Amino acid sequence: MDPGNTAWMLAATALVLFMTPGLALFYGGMVRGKNVLGMLMQNIFAMGLLAVVWAAIAFSLAFGDAGNGGFIGNFDFAWLKDVGPSLPPDGYGIVLTIPFVLFCAYQMTFAIITPALITGATADRLKFSAYAVFIGVWLVLVYGPIAHMVFAGGWLADMGALDFAGGAVVHMNAGAAALALVLLIGKRKGYPDTPMQPHNLPLTVLGTGILWFGWAGFNAGSALAADGIAGQAIMNTFLAASAAMLGWLVVERLKDGHATTLGAASGAVAGLVAITPCAGFVGGMAPVYIGLIAGAVCYLALGIKKTFGFDDSLDVVAVHLVGGLAGSLLLGFFADAAINPAVTNEGVFLGGGGSLLGDQIVASVVTIAYSFVVSLAIGLVIDATMGLRIDDAAEDEGLDLSQHAEVAYAE
Amino acid sequence: MDVKLITAIVKPFKLDDVKTALKDAGVTGMTVTEVQGFGRQSGHTEVYRGAEYTIDFVPKVRIDVLADVADAERVAEVIAAAARTGKIGDGKIWITEVDRVMRIRTGEVDADAL
Repeated sequence: MDPGNTAWMLAATALVLFMTPGLALFYGGMVRGKNVLGMLMQNIFAMGLLAVVWAAIAFSLAFGDAGNGGFIGNFDFAWLKDVGPSLPPDGYGIVLTIPFVLFCAYQMTFAIITPALITGATADRLKFSAYAVFIGVWLVLVYGPIAHMVFAGGWLADMGALDFAGGAVVHMNAGAAALALVLLIGKRKGYPDTPMQPHNLPLTVLGTGILWFGWAGFNAGSALAADGIAGQAIMNTFLAASAAMLGWLVVERLKDGHATTLGAASGAVAGLVAITPCAGFVGGMAPVYIGLIAGAVCYLALGIKKTFGFDDSLDVVAVHLVGGLAGSLLLGFFADAAINPAVTNEGVFLGGGGSLLGDQIVASVVTIAYSFVVSLAIGLVIDATMGLRIDDAAEDEGLDLSQHAEVAYAE
Repeated sequence: MDVKLITAIVKPFKLDDVKTALKDAGVTGMTVTEVQGFGRQSGHTEVYRGAEYTIDFVPKVRIDVLADVADAERVAEVIAAAARTGKIGDGKIWITEVDRVMRIRTGEVDADAL
C-alpha cells in the first residue's frame, strides 16, 4: 500500500466523478430549451443508478478474476464482498498499491460516465423510464464484459491491445451503443428540416471546461499511481485537447467560413477522447499530432450522419466512436516503450512494425461490434416492451414537462 | 378622430437612440415590445457543427406612440431619422387611425389623454 498513490487516486476519483455533471452541461447547452432538464436529468441520474449497479454486480463482472485472458469476470466481488480498505485478495490479477475499495470507486466513476455519453445521440426523444432500464442493463451486459476484456487482463489485453484510459472501453463502446440506439429510435420530429439550434452555448463551454479539468483524473489517474507515467499522461491529455481544438477550428473555418465557439468546445473534447487510449503510452510531441489529426477527423466525421441519414443529435458517433477509434489506431503508430515499459510492441513510427497496430484494429472492431450488437438487442427488447420513444405530443411539449413535470426557465 | 398611432419596428440596438430623439421632440409616452419577424431582410443563417440553419424570425423592437394628428408625420420622421442605419433590416413605420383614447386615472379622452 502506497500513501502517495492512494492520495492521488482519491483526488483522481473525485475528478472523474465531476466529469458527469460537466457532460450534462456540455450536452444540456446544445439541446433546445424545452429539453434541457431532460438532458441534465439523464446524466445526473446515471450518477444515481449506475453507482449502485456497479457496487452490486457490475464491478465484479468487470474486474473479477482479473488476468484470466477471458471474456468476463465472475461474482467473487458481487455485493462488494472482499472489497475493502486493504489490498485486493492474494492472487488477484491486477497489481495494486492502493486500497481495493478505492480502485473500485475509481472504476465506478468510469462506469457512470460511459453510459451517460450515449444521451447526446438520443437527445430530445428518449423516454426516461426506457433510458433508466437501458443504462442499468447495458452496464452489466456491455460495459462489464468490455471493461474485463480490455482493462482487467481479459483476452484483448492478453492479445496485446493497449488502452490506457478507455478509448475502447469508454468511447468506442459508448459511441457504438449510441449508433445502435439512434438507428432504433429514429430521428427527432422535424429533423433535419426544422432548425434545432443549441439553446445555451455558454453552458456547453462551461461543461467543456469541467470535462477538460476532470479528464486529468480520467487519464493521469489511469496510471493508478502518482508517478512519471501519470505526469506524462496529464501533459499528453492537455496538449491533445489544445491541438484538437486547433485542428477542428482550422477545418471548420476553411469549410464553413467561421471558427465557432461550439467548434472550439467540440474539438477540445474530440482531442480528450482521442488521447484517452494513448495518454500514458506516448510522449514528446505525439499528443499534439494525435490531437491535430483527431480534431480534423472528428469534424469531417460530422458528415457521416448526413450521408447515412440518421439523427445522432449531438454527434456522439463523430466525437466518441470516431475519436476513440482514431486515438486507438494512432496509438499503433506512436506507442513508445521509453515512456512506458508496458509498451512491449512499439508503434509504427517508433520502428515497432505493424504488430501493435494490428492488435489495436482487432480490439477496436471487437469493441464496436460487441457493443453495437448487444446494445441493439437491449434496445429492441425495451422498445417491444415499454417503448423507447416518447409520443409525438410529448416530443412537441419537450422532455422537461412531459417526462419530469418541470421547466428549466420559468417566466 | 384627432389622435394617430405611430407604430415602428426597429433594430433593438437603435431603441435608445429612438427613445432619446422622441423625448427631445416632446413625445411624453411610448410603449415598447420585444418582437420577432422578417421583412425583405428575411432572416439570417447560423452554422452549428457544419449544419446550416436559416432563422426566419429576427429579433426586433416595436415602438407604439400615440400623437396628435398634427404631430404624427413629424413623430414618424423623428423615429425614422433615429433608427436609420442605411442597411437592410432597418425596419418599418406605419401610422393608423385611433378611434378613441382614454387616460384611465382621470377619464380624460383623445388629445387631452396624451
